[in-house]
Amino acid sequence: MAHNQNLRRLKDRSAGHVMGGLTWVAATLVIAIGLALLARAQPLLDIQPLGSLLTSSEWSPLRGQFGFFPFIVGTLAVTLLAMFLAVPPCLLTAIYLAEYAPARLRQSVKPAIDVLAGIPSVVYGVWGTLTVVPVIRDYVTPWVSRTLGFIPLFRADNPTGYGVLAGGVVLAVMVFPIIISVTEEVIRAVPFGMREAALALGATRWQMIKTVVLRRARPGVIAAVVLGFSRAFGETMAVMMVTGNVAQIPRSIFDPAYTLPALIANNYGEMMSIPLYDAALLAAALVLLIVVLIFTIIARIVLAQAIKSAA
Amino acid sequence: MKINKHLEERIMKGLMVASLALVVGSLVAILGTVLAKGLPALNWAMLTQTPKGGYYLGKEGGILNAITGSLVLVAAATALSFFPALAVVLYLHLFAKHNQLLDLTRLSLDVLWSVPSIVYGAFGFTLMLMLGLRASLLGGIIALALLEFPVMIRTMDEVLLMVPHELKEVSYAMGATRLETAVRVVLRQAAPGLLTAVLLACGRGIGDAASVLFTAGYTDRMPTTLLRPVASLPLAVFFQLGTPVPQVQERAYASALVLTVIVLALSLGARSLTRRLSRHIIH
Repeated sequence: MAHNQNLRRLKDRSAGHVMGGLTWVAATLVIAIGLALLARAQPLLDIQPLGSLLTSSEWSPLRGQFGFFPFIVGTLAVTLLAMFLAVPPCLLTAIYLAEYAPARLRQSVKPAIDVLAGIPSVVYGVWGTLTVVPVIRDYVTPWVSRTLGFIPLFRADNPTGYGVLAGGVVLAVMVFPIIISVTEEVIRAVPFGMREAALALGATRWQMIKTVVLRRARPGVIAAVVLGFSRAFGETMAVMMVTGNVAQIPRSIFDPAYTLPALIANNYGEMMSIPLYDAALLAAALVLLIVVLIFTIIARIVLAQAIKSAA
Repeated sequence: MKINKHLEERIMKGLMVASLALVVGSLVAILGTVLAKGLPALNWAMLTQTPKGGYYLGKEGGILNAITGSLVLVAAATALSFFPALAVVLYLHLFAKHNQLLDLTRLSLDVLWSVPSIVYGAFGFTLMLMLGLRASLLGGIIALALLEFPVMIRTMDEVLLMVPHELKEVSYAMGATRLETAVRVVLRQAAPGLLTAVLLACGRGIGDAASVLFTAGYTDRMPTTLLRPVASLPLAVFFQLGTPVPQVQERAYASALVLTVIVLALSLGARSLTRRLSRHIIH
């Protein structure tokens, strides 16, 4: 009997060690990914430090010039435009789902949002090339250049429809689900008593939301937006299919752009045949990883505290 | 003042309903576009044949290579990431002490979840260089397993959170060890949820193109060995859309439809399975 007990305890303890080991591996996997990319990027970083890689605009792999600046600006332009387009409707939808929508409506909308989150990136890309790009080419570009063309940001030199705006629209739809679901969760965490207090003072529902719920939920809402940003920043296929991929700094929302993920995905074919090209692309992946890492960590810490303090 | 606040309420509510319509409308637009463009181009030969000579110029053939390739890739990657993910989640819930290290571990797993798939592809590629592998089925499986791993952990974590505390306490009170509690009580209770996690991870894996782009490569042949390149559906969509031939572009739409149907089936399957199987668990 005692022997049996010892065996059970031994099994328990060794299972704990194995599982603990695997957890440790999983928890340090991000660091391992970063180090592996760094090791491969090192030959390039030895010649050209990271700072000059990030700020140089010259991209000509055959002459050994790898400047990421146009790609970083391209990624930021597409991502920021996507956030600009996505944030207002996402917040309003989340508020509606959390505060107004009857339970039945919410239960039928949530699966739809899950489906939106599950649609593969290339399918978004197909939708972008079939719908978004033609609409921008045939309607948006001519109209905007007629009315707002004097503003540099809206100058329409690119008649193809493939560009920053198309990328921004497709990415905006792609980040809908994450921003909506996190925001809704944060809003729901605000205690009921505070709402009732505001309503008892004669506030309308919107006044109550504006003055009590949103003020309380603000850090969490910001975290949701940051999470959306970091998701959008690393998105590859859909963006690559609609932004035109020209290695230049976009000056207007209609200009083509080339994002960092698209740069990696488009050039994997020749990267082993040109010296240092593979190091440059893996350095680009490392930059991507670091940016996403920083944003995600900030968002997660803010979010954890927001939910704790709201409740 | 009184009229103003009610007017504001109505305007805001109107904007909210419009936003919800925009969100749901985008889903309808995407599915509608893929269906309207894909269905006319879809035919039996596309689903049952591999590309024949001149396929990319509009001649005979289909995408059976990509459909099979994707299914094999995802099945193997899911099987590979299932047990490590399960072990991590069980450890977090039953074995780990609640301290700052646990919080840090959870943060790290969350970060892992948001790593872009192109970075998994790049990392998979560096692993392959280390092992001396070329673009191959094995490389694709490794990259996809890495991509699915955090997805699986996150959904399984949510499933185990739903297991009532009392069940574990009862099991401990009966003298069961943590391992026995994990296997005989927690796993049994969580089984339907774990199946959902598997299906969701499959859905994420099968649709991902960026991670298999340079790890799995592409080929017109059916997958036979681990060390040869393998075709996949997302890349089939991407490459066919990139050709200048209109007939081939239409096949890209049909391929996108096939991919969308598989992903939707996985997600609806996960939902209905959860509902059906959860009848027998204790609430």
